[in-house]
This record gives sequence, structure tokens and C-alpha cells, in this order.
Amino acid sequence: MARTALLGRLTWQLAELVDIMAETPRVKTILLDVRGWPGHRAGQHVDVRLTAEDGYQAERSYSIASAPDGTRVALTIQKLEDGEVSPYLTDELRPGDKIELRGPIGGYFVWEPSRGGPLMLVAGGSGIVPLMAIIRTRAAAGDDTETRLLYSSRTQDDVIYRGELEQLSGNGLTVVHTLTDSQPPGWTSYARRVDAEMLAEVGPRPAEQPSFYACGPTPFVEAVAEALVQLGHETRAIKTERFGPTGG
Amino acid sequence: MDELMLDGNAVAGLLQEVFAVEMTTAIGTCGRCGTAGPVGAVHVYRGAGIVLRCPHCGNALAKIVKRDSQVWIDFTGTRTLEVSV
Repeated sequence: MARTALLGRLTWQLAELVDIMAETPRVKTILLDVRGWPGHRAGQHVDVRLTAEDGYQAERSYSIASAPDGTRVALTIQKLEDGEVSPYLTDELRPGDKIELRGPIGGYFVWEPSRGGPLMLVAGGSGIVPLMAIIRTRAAAGDDTETRLLYSSRTQDDVIYRGELEQLSGNGLTVVHTLTDSQPPGWTSYARRVDAEMLAEVGPRPAEQPSFYACGPTPFVEAVAEALVQLGHETRAIKTERFGPTGG
Repeated sequence: MDELMLDGNAVAGLLQEVFAVEMTTAIGTCGRCGTAGPVGAVHVYRGAGIVLRCPHCGNALAKIVKRDSQVWIDFTGTRTLEVSV
């Protein structure tokens, strides 16, 4: 990528809410228009800052969900009931409202079509968001890199982007779900937490020299990374993005 | 394992604010065990301040405290930092 894109002090700017879409009962996607947006790479995030009337500020990081698309940036946000920022973003914000953000941020947990494969994505809950940006960027680029997504959710209703993942499957993309808490009648896929056995069945073998991107709550990502190393994959081939129990 | 542990991505914005370059791809070398790796892969703990720890040996690579418009950074635990400029 261009060196200039790496340089430059981050500045806060105003983004205008264009649309808001429900993904699951607790998750919404907000579509923003950011004037002068320089473009982004799959896996990057933005920082969002809210300022109260008394000057108190709260800042959170949210992964970008969308593939690069001009000045449009989609964030998918899980509402945390006792959160300071997420309830405002998911429930209070209306089209035309403006929020402060800065970005795109990050260069480590990113993917570009030129990276090659095979690619293995492992998502826990809303950890799907930056991985969805990868899947969407891959699709938009017409890239057919062999890609497998193993996506762990509690229940079928908690699966974010379910329909779109189904549509995008094929052309080298395989999507495998596991539902840890409850499964609909006739469920034939996995029904337990991600473990080494599951990763071995779904994922590429070490000899194929795959790249891994794992994102989810910290205990989920720890378990995945440990299991992958146990299966013989190289630590440096495993990129992780953890989000803690706070945040929101 | 600590549920509060994050990784270097979580402080990417703060570090870029200070250094004015993307820092998660910078390569840091641990001052204790000598392991070198990208800043994006270090372990991050947030409390009153932020502590970056070596994912290999747990050594505190950096401690960061932000207050208003001031940022205080202790890099005692880092031997070298290789940054693309």
C-alpha cells in the first residue's frame, strides 16, 4: 500500500449516520458517511468518541464491517445493556445525526486479496465483524482464495449476517457454524465450543501453510490460538483480535 | 489467562495518536527474552493505565498513562522498536 496512507496523525472527524439495520435482537449495523474517508483495508477499525453535555467523553473501538466503498463505512455493534456507548449508537442515533470518529486504524489484523491462501477465519460472536469485512472484500474483489469460516454463536438467532454468509458461500468460501447453547430442530452442524478437533476437521492442515484470523471474546481467542498451536500451526501464522468483557 | 487481556490492536489508535504512524505492524523486541514480534500481537491490559506485555515471556514492554492531553510512556521493557516511516 502507499506509504502515505500509513503516515499522518489521527484526527477526529464527524461522520453522518445514513442508515441503521437490525442484524440480530442485540446487534445492529450503522452505515456512516465520512467525508474525506481515505479508504480502508479489511480488518481495520475506527475509534468512536461520544461527548456528554458536561464534557465527559467515552471512547470505544469498533471493527469496520464493510468492504471499501467510497466514503461509506459500516460498523456492526453489539448492544451491551450497561454499556456507555453501544446503547446510544444502536438505539438513540437517527439518520442525519453525526458522531465523532477517527480511522481507519490498524495494520496488523488486516487482510488483502494479494495475501494468498488458504485462509482460515475463526469467529466467536460479534468477532465475526472484521472477518466479515475480509469476506466482503474478497467477494468484491472477485478473489477466489480458498477460505473457510468457522463461526461460533450461542443460538441461531444470534448469528450475524446469516443470510449474506449463505449467499457468499461457494467460489472457494466454506462457512461452518457451531451453535453452543441451543440448536434448531434438525441441526446437523457442530453444537459445542470450538476445540482442536473441530479446527482440525474444518481447517486446513499445517502443511498447506494457511493464514489464520481469529476474533472474539478473549477466552474464545485464547482457546482457538492454543488449539491451533497444538495442531502444529505456526504462531506467526495466527493473527488474533481479542475484545474484553468491557468495551461497549 | 486473563479475561481482561486484549492485544496490540486495542491500542492502535492511541499509539498512532502519539507516533503519527501505524504502529501495530512495528516490530518490538522484548528487553527480557529478546523475542521480536509485531506490536499488534502483544498482550494488552487496561487498568488505571495500559500495560503492554510480551506474549512470549510476559515482561512489561511498555506502560502508558493518558491524562487529558498528556501521554506518559515507559518503554523500559522494550529493547528496540522497528518502525516503517
